[in-house]
Parts: sequence; C-alpha cells; structure tokens
Amino acid sequence: MSQFRAGCRRILAAAPWCAALPAHAADSLDARIDEAVRPFADAVYGFVFAGFPVAGVDIPFVLVWLIFAATLFTLYFGFINLRALRHGFQLVRGDYSDPTAAGEVTHFQALATALSGTVGLGNIAGVAVAVSLGGPGATFWMILAGLLGMSSKFVECTLGVKYRNEYTDGTVSGGPMYYLSKGLAERSDRLKTLGRVLAVLFAVFCVGGSFGGGNMFQANQSYMQLVAVTGGEQSWLVGRGWLFGVVVASLVGLVVIGGIQGIARVTSKIVPFMAVIYVLAGLAIIAANAPAVPAALAAIVSGAFSPEGVAGGVVGVLFQGFKRAAFSNEAGIGSAAIAHSAVRTGRPVTEGLVALYEPFVDTVVVCTITALVIIITGTWNPSVDPSQGVALTSAAFGSSISWFPWVLTVAVVLFAFSTMISWSYYGLKAWTYLFGESVVSDALYKILFLVFIVIGSSMQLGAVIDFSDAMIFAMAFPNILGIYFLLPVVKKELNDYWSDYRAGRLQKFGRAANRG
Amino acid sequence: MSRVLLVGVDCSGCSQRALAYAAQAAENAGLQLIVAHVIQWSPFSFNTPQENEERHKRREAELERAHQEIVDPEVTQLRENGLDARGVVRHGHPAETLKAIADEFGVTDIIIGKTGSSRIRAQLFGSVTNSLVQISEVPVTVVP
Repeated sequence: MSQFRAGCRRILAAAPWCAALPAHAADSLDARIDEAVRPFADAVYGFVFAGFPVAGVDIPFVLVWLIFAATLFTLYFGFINLRALRHGFQLVRGDYSDPTAAGEVTHFQALATALSGTVGLGNIAGVAVAVSLGGPGATFWMILAGLLGMSSKFVECTLGVKYRNEYTDGTVSGGPMYYLSKGLAERSDRLKTLGRVLAVLFAVFCVGGSFGGGNMFQANQSYMQLVAVTGGEQSWLVGRGWLFGVVVASLVGLVVIGGIQGIARVTSKIVPFMAVIYVLAGLAIIAANAPAVPAALAAIVSGAFSPEGVAGGVVGVLFQGFKRAAFSNEAGIGSAAIAHSAVRTGRPVTEGLVALYEPFVDTVVVCTITALVIIITGTWNPSVDPSQGVALTSAAFGSSISWFPWVLTVAVVLFAFSTMISWSYYGLKAWTYLFGESVVSDALYKILFLVFIVIGSSMQLGAVIDFSDAMIFAMAFPNILGIYFLLPVVKKELNDYWSDYRAGRLQKFGRAANRG
Repeated sequence: MSRVLLVGVDCSGCSQRALAYAAQAAENAGLQLIVAHVIQWSPFSFNTPQENEERHKRREAELERAHQEIVDPEVTQLRENGLDARGVVRHGHPAETLKAIADEFGVTDIIIGKTGSSRIRAQLFGSVTNSLVQISEVPVTVVP
C-alpha cells in the first residue's frame, strides 16, 4: 500500500486537520506509540511488498503471486468460478442439506460467518482509494480480480474442510495450518517437512495479520471516521485515539476474554443488516441517477484500457484494481478457510463451491456498488488523500443522502468490530497451532490482541496500515505455495463430486425434492 | 394402517393440557402417541466463528437436554400409564418441523397447545399454532 504511505506522509505537509495533529500531539501518547512502532512496520512492509517496476509502477511481487494463482486455479478447474455458480447457490439455499443434520452448521452459516470477516472497510474505504488513484477503470480490474479470486477461495475452502481436525469433544478446527501440514505429508515424505514449515510460517503471519489488518487497521480507520463526523480537526477525539482504543478493546475483551458471546452474537446479527442497508442505499443512489449509469459504465471500461492521467497507464489502473480486490476479499490469503471449515458436510468440495460466493458478494457486488456511487456522484478526485478512503465514500453517499455519513459511521464501526472478532478467532487458531492450547497461551494471545487495538487507534501516520497490509499479504506466500502441491487432491474431489452431481446421484431434500 | 397421534410440547411442564388431551385420545382408541419437541433453529442465522466451531457439540447437548428435561419424563409417565409412547426431539422451525415429523412417522392427528403469545405478537410474528394449522396435511387439534 505504497500510496497509503505516500499519502500519509503528504498528510503531514498538506491535509489541514492531520497536519494540525502532530503539532499539538507531538508529545502525546499517540505520537510516542507511533514512533516506537514505525521502524518495525517499515521493515516488514519493505520485505513483503518488495516489487519490480513495470511501466513506471512498482508492482509488488505478492500481488503478481495472488493474481497468477487465481488465474491458474480458474483455468485448472475449468472456470469453476462461473460454471458452479448455480449449484453453489442451491447448496447455500439448502437444497442438498440432509434434514437429519438440522442444528449443525449449514453452508449458509459458514458462508455468512466468513463474509462478516471480509465485508468491511475494504469495501468502503479501499474502493474509494482505488477509484481515486486509478480512475473509474480500476473498477473493471477489481471486478475481474474478484471473479478470479473466487477460484482461489474454492480451492482454499475445499482443502480447509478436507483436512480439518475433528476433536472427540465435537469441536472442529481447520484452515491452512492443517491442510499445509496434513495435506503435504499425505503427498510424500519429502513434502512433509515443507508442509510443516509452510504451516508454521502461515500461522506466524496469520497471528501478525490478526494484529494488523484484522485489528489495528480496523481500529484506526473507524477512529478516523469517528473523528471526521464529529468535527474533523475540531473534534474532541483528536489526539485521543488511545481512549477510543481502550473503549473498543474493552468491548472486544468482554467478548473474547469475558466470554460474553452475547455482544458478538448481537453484532453478528446487526452487521448483515448494515450491509444490506449499505447496498440498498447504494442501489437507490444508482437508481436515482440512472441516466448517468451508461456513462459511468463506459468510463469503467474505457478507463480500464486507456486511462487518462493515471500514473503508470493501464498497468497503474490494473494494479489499483487488483490490489483493492485482493485486500477486500482476501482470496488466496487463507483466512476464510479457517471460518469455512466449521461446516457440517460429508463432501469437502461443497463448501468450496459455496465459498465461491464470498468474493462474488464482497467484490463483484458490494465493491462495484461503492465504485458506481463514487463515479456517478463524481466525488472521486485524483488528488485525494488515500488515507481518507472512508471519508471519500462518506462524501459520495452524503452528496445524495445527506444523513448517510452518520449511518456509514455506525456501519464502519460495526464492520470493524465484527472483523476484529473474526480475526481474533483466526489469530487464536493460528496461535494455538503454534503454541498449543492452554489457558495461559490463550489468555496471552487475547491480551496481546487487545493491546494492539489500542496501538492501532493511536497511530495515525500510516505505520499501522503498512504493517497490517504486510502481515496479511504475507500469509499468501506459504498458503498458495502449499496449495500448488495439493491441487490434484482438489481436482479429484471436484471431479468425483461433479460427476455425481451431473448424473443426479446427489440426494436432494426439502422443497427442491418436492419440486422434483 | 393404524393411527398415530403427535403431540407437540413447548417446554418442561408446559403443554400439560395438550398432553392430557392427547393421552386421553390415545388411550381411548388404543393409538400410538409421539411426544415431540422442536428446538428453534434456522439454517439461515448469522453466527460468530466461535459459535460455529462449537455448534456440533452444542447441538448434541441441546438434544440431550431436551430429551432429559422435556420429552423423556412425559414419555415415561405415559408408558407407566400403559400407553405406546415415544419421544422425538428435532431442530428447526417449530411448525415446519412438526409437519416433517408427522410426515415421517405417518401421523394421522396432531395435537398442539395454544401458545401463550399475545395477540400483537402473534399478528407480527405469526404463531406456531397458526402456521401449523396452515401447512399440516392431517387434522390439527388445538387445545386451549
């Protein structure tokens, strides 16, 4: 996220309310925390986002890594992302769910849980940044990356279920740590060691990612939005990020340490509701500006191939679109495989087919709506500060629905909260994979997680964003490398299943069965 | 085929009048009686990852508890009174699940207590009793 970094440096020089911030916050707790973490964040960032220049744009290797894998998976599985959409929907709807398994985790529930971990700031703030820096054409590449990412999710989630651990007490644990170690060990003895190494690397990065993008980034961006709606530089909250952090950390602490699942349960029910409100508001704005839609779509297509005034031309636009898609839907990162593996199914491939809908809903639907609103309302602006992505989307919606920024603030805070809850779970799974399950090790992780919330809301100089991006994207290295070795396993599962499906050997239940 | 009665029970100690009515009817005609309890559950709810991880374990616990505290004591009592009774516990939407149980066991009559929900509540959310009457393919007796 080099544009984030550049942008945040620019804040110091240009953005009025941010520039005012370090002046009177120089000795504040916030500034000192930021100063302490900065060198570490820089080092991690430099390592993960090491890139090579293409047409004057520095393309980070990790992005090429993700897109290459997604494209390869799409081809290898014969465009599974498109051909299984209908069947995936039938699975989500429960047409193939055995009624005797009522009360277990359904496909819908696993998908919804995974989605609540990914739908969030990436869809709101990230898209605004992509459209601002890459022009409308970035939307085109973002959608394409979303479609390709569906194949990555399919592979990850199939493996997640196939190699999960089922314990005698009835609980389940799954995710890349398990398919990397168990899956590769199954292939050959030589791969066993590699699998173990990749699993440990993944777990380490996942713990880091849970502190970064799954935590600090969320805390930081929701604090920024809160500052923005409460008066910008005049806000009482300026320089009191740590206070916001302590409040959020207390709430998260009540859930993850206090075991007050009620809060998480309430949030998990409000978040989909907020997401629906967000989508409906976006559609309403698009409908109200229907005459402008054809021009916006034309701008998206023409901007994708012949952009004007975008650094790096086509490569630059493509880069912006791909990057935001990857950050938003996390396809290839491996996180979703952890959430999906709790499903109750006898055929791992079914969960992979359901997981196709994750990037579809997240990127192809929600991100595209955000992009259209920003383009139609003309609120995007190439000189905008990238750290103010939320503010930009807020302005775009606010230009049509004046009170919407307030709703958006509530949505942003809730999305951030639910993403934190999800990531605290992902991180804990990775942590216990590394250090074993014990009361002490659990508690240690949870306390660290809370500390990072406070750190995240205190840092405003971009270190937080660099660190979070770096750790989350680093997860893609061990995850995808291991997946390459496991592709034949997924292929076999898919072929077996698909021929059963084609031949009508799968049992249909419920209404679908009655319909014949 | 002999007739089978199905009686739905809500919670432990509730639905006593429906149970008594069903027991009487079963005894008079020498019918089999199924005592069913449905644990409210939807396949389309939104859960936290933690809840999903523990779901299987909790489901088992919920079934066991419902059997022990709600259904089994009634079934034991009925059997002691010389009736051919059995208990069934399922997860799902109460009305739809009662209908599914009825289909599965070839039930010929369903007996259910009137739920205690207020008129407004019933208007807004619908009541189990009303929906069951609507969807059932066998006669439903509602015991006040």
